[in-house]
Amino acid sequence: MNFWTDPLKVAAEWLEGILTGWGMDAIFAHVLVVFLGVLLLITILMVLDIFLVWIERKVVSRFQDRIGPNRVGPYGLIQPFADIIKLIIKEDTTPDGADKVVYNLAPILSMMSVLIVWAVVPIAPVILGTDLNVGVLFLIAAGAIGTLSIIMAGWSSNNKFALIGGFRQVAMMVAFEIPMLTMLLIPTIFAGSMNMNAIIQAQGSIWYFFLSPLGTLIFLIAVIAELGRAPFDLAEGESELVAGYNTEYSGMKFGMFYAGELLHAMTFGGIWGILFFGGYRFFGLEQVSPFLAVLIFLAKALIGYWVIMWVKYTMMRIRIDQMLAFNWMFLTPLSFVLLMVTALANALLAGTSIWVYGIGMFASNIILGWVALEIVRSYSRKEREKLEGPRKVAEAHH
Amino acid sequence: MTPEKIIFLIVAGATLASGLMVVTTRNLIHAALWLVATLFGVAAVFAILNAGFIAVVQIVVYVGAIAILFIFAVMLTRKDMRDSGPQHNKNWWAGALLAVMTFGGLVFLVQSWASLSKAAADIPSGFDAVSQLGNQLTSPNAYVLPFEVASVLLLAAMVGAVYVAFNRK
Amino acid sequence: MNEWIYVALFMIVGAIIPIGAIVAGFIFGPKKPNPIKQSTYECGIEPVGDVWVQFKAQYYIFALVFLVFDVEAVFLFPWAVKLGQLGLYAVVEGIVFISILIVGLVYTWRKGMLEWS
Repeated sequence: MNFWTDPLKVAAEWLEGILTGWGMDAIFAHVLVVFLGVLLLITILMVLDIFLVWIERKVVSRFQDRIGPNRVGPYGLIQPFADIIKLIIKEDTTPDGADKVVYNLAPILSMMSVLIVWAVVPIAPVILGTDLNVGVLFLIAAGAIGTLSIIMAGWSSNNKFALIGGFRQVAMMVAFEIPMLTMLLIPTIFAGSMNMNAIIQAQGSIWYFFLSPLGTLIFLIAVIAELGRAPFDLAEGESELVAGYNTEYSGMKFGMFYAGELLHAMTFGGIWGILFFGGYRFFGLEQVSPFLAVLIFLAKALIGYWVIMWVKYTMMRIRIDQMLAFNWMFLTPLSFVLLMVTALANALLAGTSIWVYGIGMFASNIILGWVALEIVRSYSRKEREKLEGPRKVAEAHH
Repeated sequence: MTPEKIIFLIVAGATLASGLMVVTTRNLIHAALWLVATLFGVAAVFAILNAGFIAVVQIVVYVGAIAILFIFAVMLTRKDMRDSGPQHNKNWWAGALLAVMTFGGLVFLVQSWASLSKAAADIPSGFDAVSQLGNQLTSPNAYVLPFEVASVLLLAAMVGAVYVAFNRK
Repeated sequence: MNEWIYVALFMIVGAIIPIGAIVAGFIFGPKKPNPIKQSTYECGIEPVGDVWVQFKAQYYIFALVFLVFDVEAVFLFPWAVKLGQLGLYAVVEGIVFISILIVGLVYTWRKGMLEWS
């Protein structure tokens, strides 16, 4: 064991050796070293978060046929630092009648709910916060704190728009948590564990994307809704609700919501990669060095983040009734049927070769997705005919 | 005192204090938020006991769903929540008496329980509580019937909620 | 050692960092409050009426349906963990469990409670 194969452990043991050498209690030294490790990880995440601002702005401008920030530093790379200085020196206003304690607590909880997700994210085989055996459910628990922070922000601002936006957002988040939870069950079934690292290890022969393409897609939709990004950004529809729950926030408190949202998107891009695309695995490259594994994971997380941005800047916003109908009448039943089909196919195909198993799983997903789309198509055709009358024959001949 | 005991005492104290705040605060949303703090404290106690799955479930179900439900319910009422009448009616002494008696009964029961003073056995290494739970929930010799009945119970809850809301229309 | 210590440390550090950022903003930012600046922002229009808008009962129904499915999913996690090692009967048990709840969803749907009216 040396620094290049297990950097965290070597560094931790070296530090603990120094600390106990000074006469510190062994347990206390261990906790202190872990604290420093957590501080290091979160600091790195916050620095990454600063660059996510630049990435997001650069990508959106490309989607919209603009150039984006390009004045401050090479390629506008220094721009996010200028943004941060601006946020820090802005006046921090508190609206009249706001509930001060709750108002100030909300942005802190919002950021914290994103940062604690990283406690269970395996960045490399040996670089991970903690190996909780309930890792998958921990994601949902962390999300619960985020939901709470939005309710707190919306309610404490003493603003109608913030209140309505907050409640819309929460109604959407709880609605899409059902498909998300159900899709989390699918990697759990395949891996036989809720531990994130075990789920990655179990994807050695085949990524779960190939076993459950439909599940991958539903999880992505649920993640986008959970993030409140377009097409599900009706909670901060700027043309009707100013900015939703964070309308009254300014300065660094707004910055926390903003940075939290970007980091949340990147984090869930990474989790999408972990659950369905093998996390830090890439054709055995992760065995070479843990540092290479970190790079692979980061690349997958950024690709996931890019897909989320791609959806955001391509789709238009949907209405709340459409969003709820889409979730409760389409996505939720579909995800439950998919779960049952997956469990059944998993039992029936157990013991067969990886090719038969993989093709069977893939085919069952594709067939299910096709059937679901056909049902929705015939339903929407019926609805359209109800509104517009049957399609004219003459038009059909054109 | 071991560090674990100190952490437990801090968590338990915070849980009790926020429980007290739930019943004494005048603002209903504040009461709901203090309730979240209480439930969170209970989850922390589960985590201290190494019951990770239960701790996470506590957060997911209570903080993530039931607290949200409470806050939605409060928002449905028309009255301004910032001020309301006295917090107790003239039957407060009966409630207090009942609470004291229940607490006394519980203390008595726990005191007479032989296992109270026994230290819990160490959890064997490699013990996976979640997979044990999975075994117990699906084995025909164990809890498969309660598992299915739980589903029926949840169905009844859903139908009941819809029925109540439907009739009000 | 209890692995939840790490989670607690993540929560502590995860709270310290945003607190630090907000305090920095408080220190370096100007502080010149005035009544107009502090007033509720409603796109420049004078705020009318109480902030306390009454919400649709629908929100409550959705939260209740969500609660039921949330509890259900929590029950399914131990089942999913063991599924690979158990036979077909465990799968059938799970399917029965989910089907019963889908009946509830269909009932809610038929009663028109899932429609945002």
